[in-house]
Amino acid sequence: MSKKSAVPFRGTKEQEAKLYEVIEKYRNIDGPLMPVLQGAQEIYGYLPIEVQKIISEELDISLEHIYGVVTFYAQFSLAPKGEYQIAVCLGTACYVKGSGEILDKIKEIIGVDVGECSPDGKFSLDATRCIGACGLAPVMTINDEVFGRLTVGEIPDILAKYMN
Amino acid sequence: MNMVNLKINNIDVSVPAGSTILQAAKSANIEIPTLCYMKEINEIGACRICVVEVKGARSLVASCVYPVNEGMEVFTSTPRVLKARRMTLELLLSNHNRKCLSCIRSGSCELQALCNEYGVDNDGKYDGAKTESEIDDSAAHMYRDNSKCILCRRCVAVCEKNQAVSVIGANERGFATHVGSPFEALLDETSCVSCGQCIVNCPTGALSEKDSTAKVWEALSDDSKHVIVQTAPAVRAAIAEEFGNPIGTDGEGKMVAALRRLGFDGVYDTDIAADLTIIEEANELVERIQNGGKLPMITSCSPGWIKFCEYNFPDLLDNLSTCKSPQQMFGALAKTWYADKMGIDPKDIYVVSVMPCTAKKFEIGREDEDAAGVPDVDAVITTRELARMIKRAGINFNGLADEEFDMPLGSSTGAGVIFGATGGVMEAALRTAVETITGKELGNFEFTEVRGMEGIKEASYEVGGLNVKVAVASGLANAKELMKKVQKGEADYQFIEIMACPGGCVNGGGQPIQPASVRNFDDVRGKRAAVLYNIDKNMPLRKSHDNPVLKEAYAEYFGKPGSHKAHKAFHTTYVKRSRFGTL
Ligand code: SF4
Ligand code: SF4
Ligand code: SF4
Ligand code: FES
Ligand code: FES
Repeated sequence: MSKKSAVPFRGTKEQEAKLYEVIEKYRNIDGPLMPVLQGAQEIYGYLPIEVQKIISEELDISLEHIYGVVTFYAQFSLAPKGEYQIAVCLGTACYVKGSGEILDKIKEIIGVDVGECSPDGKFSLDATRCIGACGLAPVMTINDEVFGRLTVGEIPDILAKYMN
Repeated sequence: MNMVNLKINNIDVSVPAGSTILQAAKSANIEIPTLCYMKEINEIGACRICVVEVKGARSLVASCVYPVNEGMEVFTSTPRVLKARRMTLELLLSNHNRKCLSCIRSGSCELQALCNEYGVDNDGKYDGAKTESEIDDSAAHMYRDNSKCILCRRCVAVCEKNQAVSVIGANERGFATHVGSPFEALLDETSCVSCGQCIVNCPTGALSEKDSTAKVWEALSDDSKHVIVQTAPAVRAAIAEEFGNPIGTDGEGKMVAALRRLGFDGVYDTDIAADLTIIEEANELVERIQNGGKLPMITSCSPGWIKFCEYNFPDLLDNLSTCKSPQQMFGALAKTWYADKMGIDPKDIYVVSVMPCTAKKFEIGREDEDAAGVPDVDAVITTRELARMIKRAGINFNGLADEEFDMPLGSSTGAGVIFGATGGVMEAALRTAVETITGKELGNFEFTEVRGMEGIKEASYEVGGLNVKVAVASGLANAKELMKKVQKGEADYQFIEIMACPGGCVNGGGQPIQPASVRNFDDVRGKRAAVLYNIDKNMPLRKSHDNPVLKEAYAEYFGKPGSHKAHKAFHTTYVKRSRFGTL
């Protein structure tokens, strides 16, 4: 199954110009790929195929090599962040209190997998490690708002508020 | 040379400094098993099957990457070593789809052989979670079944380092690590060139050619079809290996006998089409040189190379010779002149190719490969698939007496047979082009400068007052290097031969699989190439334009080389593609 982001690419000319600047800066160093990817991620917030292709062509590094690096390091993302960034804690405390089912419910409602963003750019979904709020387990956050002691039953109502 | 002295299993061994323990052991006739190690291209020390004990070292070391030291004492089969290897195998099996019985590599699988040797069985002692995967059957030439992949990354290394294609690699990390393509695309969506080098370098059944033998069996039992077979030059140089013969055994006569017993209506030779290619191509070269055409002209026999050029050097497509490959020329000749001569409707002729190559499976589906309005070639099987058919038919290959190809399409010259080795097309073309340009018969027609297994070879010749510069490359990484020079205008060659597979077709992706333990230490391609040069040396005719059947075909049907009719039948077109495939 292809992992191309479902969100249409909305890169601007300015972003592209910045990307080329970053590439020029590192082109001649040993191991230019990591700093270029980090720069690109800063510019775009994620590393879609359009951006990886430019890097591939400019550095003459295969797209697969780049994709392998991007999917190896957790710091890189293949999907943009949504307008609402949902993060469900899968730390031990939350997990034993059922955050796995909560994650499944969210996936079902917004139709988005972990690490992805809905095609309209509204929701992105992440699974995180312990965020230090174990007393409230199970926990999720939507942007800066924290939701604690969650039950699967409350999820539809919480999400409904963000849907329109 | 600086030598290092050490002891392996208490035996004194002396090897050049810089050798690994593995190499030192090999020189002392001590085998150490390997899985991930491929000389020069995959020295990653990842699988740990090659561990040995070094006196004084706390943990076991990976012998494939560990260098020898003066006075070192190595033990390669202590109980501790054997236990560690067994554990490695058990862990591999725990996440492995252990369906050996139906596996294409059963009998030639390096993992199976080791499990056998180490008494690691199938009882699922370590059964745990299995990585999920689906079979990728999108490409025209092969399957990927990651449930049999042991993540040795040999395929990744050959695709990237030897072929400069790099459309497969390790994606993700930890337990989710798997070999795949960018953005988890199917192989068919990438710029894979179908060379099959990944297949011949895979230790297990994770990678395999698409089997077309069922189609061939079916055609053979269809009385309404005139089923003929052509065998590429390199097949005869390797097929005997499938029947337990040493590398470098000439299997031509027995192969012909076996094909006859399989029931083909004509057992023919791609060599005649190689001769035909030379006649058309030499004519094209002379024309380009004399009329200021696009130079350098580059050969077009290797469909893996053609695809690579289309993906990565679309601006050089006009440099490619428009000649079809020998496989396609054979089909075209069979379905035009031969059909006419035999009074058979081309639609009733079924052409089977036996090829050392998986890219040929892709090639038969290309556009503009249908001289008679039907596909030039109907089915392609690799050397391995032919061996499978012979075994299934119960034919005792080694017991057969040598037989000869049928006429007319079994007629060939020595120039045609050397096509199977890197430099062969160049040499064959020079034999013909030089005589065409000078109008004189060549005394010495062995152009040995372009022989041999180096990745890039160059030579220049005085031909009728003209200085002709040529280059030969095999392996697409070498081709890429050469093409970059051409692009930058740094190379003033007139003629370039390129073969996708390192060493040429003798080392093609459809050839018998030799385990890494052999490939790492033996000159497999050189030995196979020697078979072809030996056949050439003993042929009565050694120049393509002397092929008597082709003389007849031109006189009766095609007129002159490069004529309108010849052009229609034997030349083709290319398409520009993106370096990212359809991604
Ligand atoms: S890959 Fe090897 S071990 Fe695995 S099923 Fe096939 S033959 Fe058996
Ligand atoms: S067939 Fe050749 S190009 Fe395609 S993945 Fe295998 S090695 Fe790479
Ligand atoms: S597909 Fe074969 S060669 Fe490639 S990593 Fe897996 S086992 Fe190794
Ligand atoms: S485990 Fe979820 S907040 Fe600590
Ligand atoms: S670690 Fe030596 S062969 Fe794999």
